[in-house]
Amino acid sequence: MSPADTGSELLSAPERQRMAQAREGHWRPLPLVRSRHWRWFINVSVLLYIVLAWLSVDVNWSRVAQGMERGQEFVASFLSPDFSSRSGEILTGLWESLTMTFTATVIGVALAIPVGLGAARNIAPLPVYFFCRGIIAISRTFQEIIIAILFVTMFGFGPLAGVITLAFATIGFMAKLLAEDIEDTQKEPLEAIRATGGGWLQWINYAVQPQVMPRLIGLSLYRLDINFRESAVIGIVGAGGIGATLNTSINRYDYDTSAAILLLIIVIVLMSEYLSGYVRKWTQ
Amino acid sequence: MPVKHVNNVPVWQRREPLKQYAIWAGWMLGGMLFLLCWKVISDNTIWEFMYDAGTQAGSLIGRMIPPDWSITGSLMVPLWDTINIATVGTALGILIAFPLSFLAARNTTPHPALRAVALAIIVSSRSINALIWAMLLVTIVGPGIFAGMLAIALRSIGFVGKLLYEAIEEIHPTPVEALSSTGAARTQVLAYAVWPQIMPAFAGISVYRWDINIREATTLGLVGAGGIGLQMNAAINNLAWAQVATVFVLIFATVIVSEWVSAKVRHAVI
Repeated sequence: MSPADTGSELLSAPERQRMAQAREGHWRPLPLVRSRHWRWFINVSVLLYIVLAWLSVDVNWSRVAQGMERGQEFVASFLSPDFSSRSGEILTGLWESLTMTFTATVIGVALAIPVGLGAARNIAPLPVYFFCRGIIAISRTFQEIIIAILFVTMFGFGPLAGVITLAFATIGFMAKLLAEDIEDTQKEPLEAIRATGGGWLQWINYAVQPQVMPRLIGLSLYRLDINFRESAVIGIVGAGGIGATLNTSINRYDYDTSAAILLLIIVIVLMSEYLSGYVRKWTQ
Repeated sequence: MPVKHVNNVPVWQRREPLKQYAIWAGWMLGGMLFLLCWKVISDNTIWEFMYDAGTQAGSLIGRMIPPDWSITGSLMVPLWDTINIATVGTALGILIAFPLSFLAARNTTPHPALRAVALAIIVSSRSINALIWAMLLVTIVGPGIFAGMLAIALRSIGFVGKLLYEAIEEIHPTPVEALSSTGAARTQVLAYAVWPQIMPAFAGISVYRWDINIREATTLGLVGAGGIGLQMNAAINNLAWAQVATVFVLIFATVIVSEWVSAKVRHAVI
């Protein structure tokens, strides 16, 4: 019995076969899914799904071929973006988007703090907890654009509907993450402030707040970034911002202007990302 | 410890005076900026529309309840389309994002110039919402599911690419060194030292993006890119709010199921 065979009786037949092959120089990595039947089942169902999904798509190739020219035009327009001919609309739209973003983030975060406190299991009583978790679930399920449609119907066209939409979406996002953060806090400081006889507000202010503040600032900046990106979209349904200008330019096949707006969005997102990285480093 | 003397009695303060003033100034500047922004919003708002917002909201909800269940059957095909848009779109996005992330990661990129190009693609794809990609693609390839799939794919490239290249940059260097020292080729190092380390993250990221894409795919129909959003848009344009409510309920159910699936899969792989 050679030393290499020691313990091989512990292995199953296919594993021993694998080892024997490896010794002959035909090593293969272990398969991801152990059972051969499951491997077959997964492969066949993936193939079946691809066929089914492909059947549901009816690509009109002649239309695509026609559109290719337009596609090339669009890609080319990124090399010659036209900032000037619609500069008035672009500036108004951008200014509106930025103000909407900032206002909505401030309102949303301000409202998300009480909801987040209420949704943290370790500091909120059970009825408050369920109520606040309900608000979070409703706010998170629907896309901003769907909420925007409803708010535009209620409050009329204009940036106010956009601000309310973004603030509403911010509540769900921020409150959920804040609540999770509060649930992860160390409980010793909480007990210490309680033990000194501090009131509820003092308890939150001196025990909870210092522990969650750096992350809260980081998340707010991240949400500011998301809200700006979303503000470019909700304009399509009339909720103000740069989206309306972008929508018009695309529908007019004025790709040079579209490219200019998209480039501006990309640059602003990049700048805010760089800035928030810097602030996060500074607060932590 | 900052202490303030009031009538010769030391009183504990949380912060040094200068720091406290700086914080106050920061709050004031922030407050002023907020008021300025609010003024811009207020100037651009037609406040007359606001006065009857409560009645509008009430009548809207009144017309939504009860939902019109009779159209549920006709919504099943659009729902299937929506799921296909999200799934095939995610798959296409991953196919492109996968090689891109290896080009963008500092430790696997073949050349810094290629890295810059890959990062630029990732950033542009990530900054632009799927709905905007869909608007563009509808004008290029025509309305329909195909445009929706491409839009989802284009948006997913940036998301998957960014998270994946960060995962690649965080791998342990020892297996890479060990394999390189045996004389393994570049592709072998990638396949046997890098790939096993990022596989769990890759699976998690892909499923997470699929979950987000299901949500986004429900709205793509608003700009003509197929799926259940088309029916929703038609119902909204007809002011058939009872039908809109049915679509909402279906979207809600689909999103809950996809979130559950994604949570299960992520739990299994990580």
